[in-house]
Amino acid sequence: MEADTALLQVRNLQIGATVYPPDAKPHDIEIVQGVSFDLPKGRVLGLIGESGAGKSTIGLASLAYGRGGVRITGGEVLLNGHNILESGKKAIRGVRGSQVCYVAQSAAAAFNPAHRLMDQVIEAAREHSGESKAVLTQRAVALFESLGLPDPQSIGDRYPHQVSGGQLQRIMTAMALCSEPDLIVFDEPTTALDVTTQIDVLAAIRNAIKQTGVAALYISHDLAVVAQIADEMMVLRNGLVVEHGTTQQIIESPAQDYTRALVNVRAIEHPQATDTQKPLLEVNHITASYPGSPEPVLRDVSVQLQPGHTLAVVGESGSGKSTLARVITGLLAPSQGSVEFNGTPLSADLAGRTRDDLRQLQMIYQMADVAMNPRQTVRTIIGRPLTFYFGLRGKDKSKRIHELLESIELGPEYADRYPAELSGGQKQRVCIARALAAKPQLIICDEVTSALDPLIADGILKLLLNLQQREQVAYLFVTHDIATVRAIADSIAVMYQGQVVRYGPKSEVLSPPFDDYTDLLLSSVPEMQVGWLDNVIANRRMESAGH
Amino acid sequence: MFYRIPLSACLGLLITALFLIAAVFAPWLAPYGLTEIVGGVWEPMSSTFLLGTDNLGRDLLSRMIYGARTTIFIAAMATLLSFTLGSVLGLLAAVIGGWFDQLLSRFVDLLMSIPTLIFALVVLSVLPGNLITLILVMGILDSTRVYRLARSVAVDINVMDFVEAARLRGEGRWWVVFREILPNALSPLVAELGLRFIFQVLFLSALSFLGLGIQPPEADWGGMVKENKDGIIFGIPAALIPAAAISILAISVNLIADWILNRTTDLKGGRSGS
Repeated sequence: MEADTALLQVRNLQIGATVYPPDAKPHDIEIVQGVSFDLPKGRVLGLIGESGAGKSTIGLASLAYGRGGVRITGGEVLLNGHNILESGKKAIRGVRGSQVCYVAQSAAAAFNPAHRLMDQVIEAAREHSGESKAVLTQRAVALFESLGLPDPQSIGDRYPHQVSGGQLQRIMTAMALCSEPDLIVFDEPTTALDVTTQIDVLAAIRNAIKQTGVAALYISHDLAVVAQIADEMMVLRNGLVVEHGTTQQIIESPAQDYTRALVNVRAIEHPQATDTQKPLLEVNHITASYPGSPEPVLRDVSVQLQPGHTLAVVGESGSGKSTLARVITGLLAPSQGSVEFNGTPLSADLAGRTRDDLRQLQMIYQMADVAMNPRQTVRTIIGRPLTFYFGLRGKDKSKRIHELLESIELGPEYADRYPAELSGGQKQRVCIARALAAKPQLIICDEVTSALDPLIADGILKLLLNLQQREQVAYLFVTHDIATVRAIADSIAVMYQGQVVRYGPKSEVLSPPFDDYTDLLLSSVPEMQVGWLDNVIANRRMESAGH
Repeated sequence: MFYRIPLSACLGLLITALFLIAAVFAPWLAPYGLTEIVGGVWEPMSSTFLLGTDNLGRDLLSRMIYGARTTIFIAAMATLLSFTLGSVLGLLAAVIGGWFDQLLSRFVDLLMSIPTLIFALVVLSVLPGNLITLILVMGILDSTRVYRLARSVAVDINVMDFVEAARLRGEGRWWVVFREILPNALSPLVAELGLRFIFQVLFLSALSFLGLGIQPPEADWGGMVKENKDGIIFGIPAALIPAAAISILAISVNLIADWILNRTTDLKGGRSGS
């Protein structure tokens, strides 16, 4: 691969921004510090990194664009040999949407809800190529077909809200391909999708790339996803390149510690607890619906949880798993069924529960930043349950706060910080401490790691497991992430459309024979190996041929 | 927090501070007494009467200084009342919801559907005319605006996870309203406070001008405009001076309110104040 044949050449790219902290002078920071790479025609480069690594910023810089106050301060971006950073505004307009296109993470937010899909798909191509509407519509229909969209002839006549999220993401890819660009920048195109949808979109994107021979930058935080689609990978951290190599080399023999950590993420082992005791929590035949809608969200759901064990409730968005958590906490009263705790039934609504009932059952949320009052210090946040449930004050309270901070591996100096002064992982740790402060027997964890970067999430899971051993607390773990479930669960309930379709100890649930849905769910989770996607698709073809 | 105060806000702070000093130290700053007749009718500005005299021959500057005291005091008290009432009820309506919210919100809609000035004129002409009545009427009528703002801000905050966490902990309404929601609703409310204060100054001035506010011989700016308005026909500027004072106070408080609003908008990541 000669340098002069490369479609995109990025040379020593430097990107900066000015930050305006409320209590200090504005100052400049460097987001990307001297990144270089070549991308030849028809190849796919994966950009990997945690949030803040600079991967999206680099992706947008290949369109000569800096988002919200971001400035490209140095280096060159050569597209087909021209430095697009030095082109004027008019020339850049000509490049964007014709030579290089962008596929954003949230297709739902990227489409205009007031226009038909077809008009939006061919808009950029009409603007730049001057081809007739009929020709472009035909091309779009062909793209819809190759992306595996149902009804390719007429799906373009629909409005964005009339198709599903996965379909919308594929239509956005068609939009990018419609102008027949040389390069497409994919910015986390499957991150917002459920795993079973992600696999279809991923396969569709990969086929489209292969058929059209377009080059692509594929940005993601999920190494296993990128491994299925990229020829080369570049691992970024804090705006610097950590490692750059072929996908095979990065996955199978990473040279750097950081890359190795990313590859080995979720390798936590948790032996399944098997001892049977009287159950701590019994959910009996719960049926529930939201006020004003007759359609039940939960139908006849029954699960049990032993003291000190972990029950994982797995399902996709809309499966009712979070609603189950709301019923157990008392936020939503079920229309039928009961929840028993320690052998005694809990009141269906919050107002009927005693303070001790409430204390025994704590909750940790997905978004730690909105789960803490931004105007309270960590001391108030952790200290309030201590005063509220145990009447602790003064020295005793301070001592206990420091103990709790220690148990979540934070120093005593964190007590006087506000949530805004903590990192994402630290915020979630403080939420854990707030739950622990009540000395509960059960903690409901609602997607607690899904908003975190993989390495940070691993740290949180390890902490939760340690705390479980020490405090003998039971967890009800609501999640869509099978890897998390494998790492921490003792028993698993798989939910689909408001019902529990599979339930039992981890070893049974995760071993064949599977029911159809669990099989689909488990086989859709990307694995950290090259060629996994090909195998899955080949298997599915064989199965459907066999039927 | 006060890292850089923009020039406009500096100006606003300076002028407002001058008005406040004049109001607080009125008896020491005023060269003559409030009701003392010291010269002829509508004497021009001179070294003895810096702003001239009014329609009865009283020193205009002294009356302006005493008027600042009355105007600012009543407006401030009415703002305080409207804020306490409006924000407490607004926050409670958002937290309690249901019939309580419906009842209160529809009642507020009813009050707001009647033009404020006309409503105030009717009520004030029936009730005994003293300071307390005036403050009560101004405060209660204005609290409807604060109620709507407080409620809409609190409804947003009420659905956040940290409020749910407090409810799950078993906290009572008192804690949820004053410890979880109020601190987060404070910034838009404080910005609104400045604007409401200006409206109270204008409202009081309008009432006094129409003869239902402060009664003579007490001085307030609106009443002074009324007393001296006939002078305009003879080319005498005495009525314009209190009018100018009203505008300058309004503008300078507005400059401060704008600055606070901008700051809180920055902190909230683009959420507007209303």
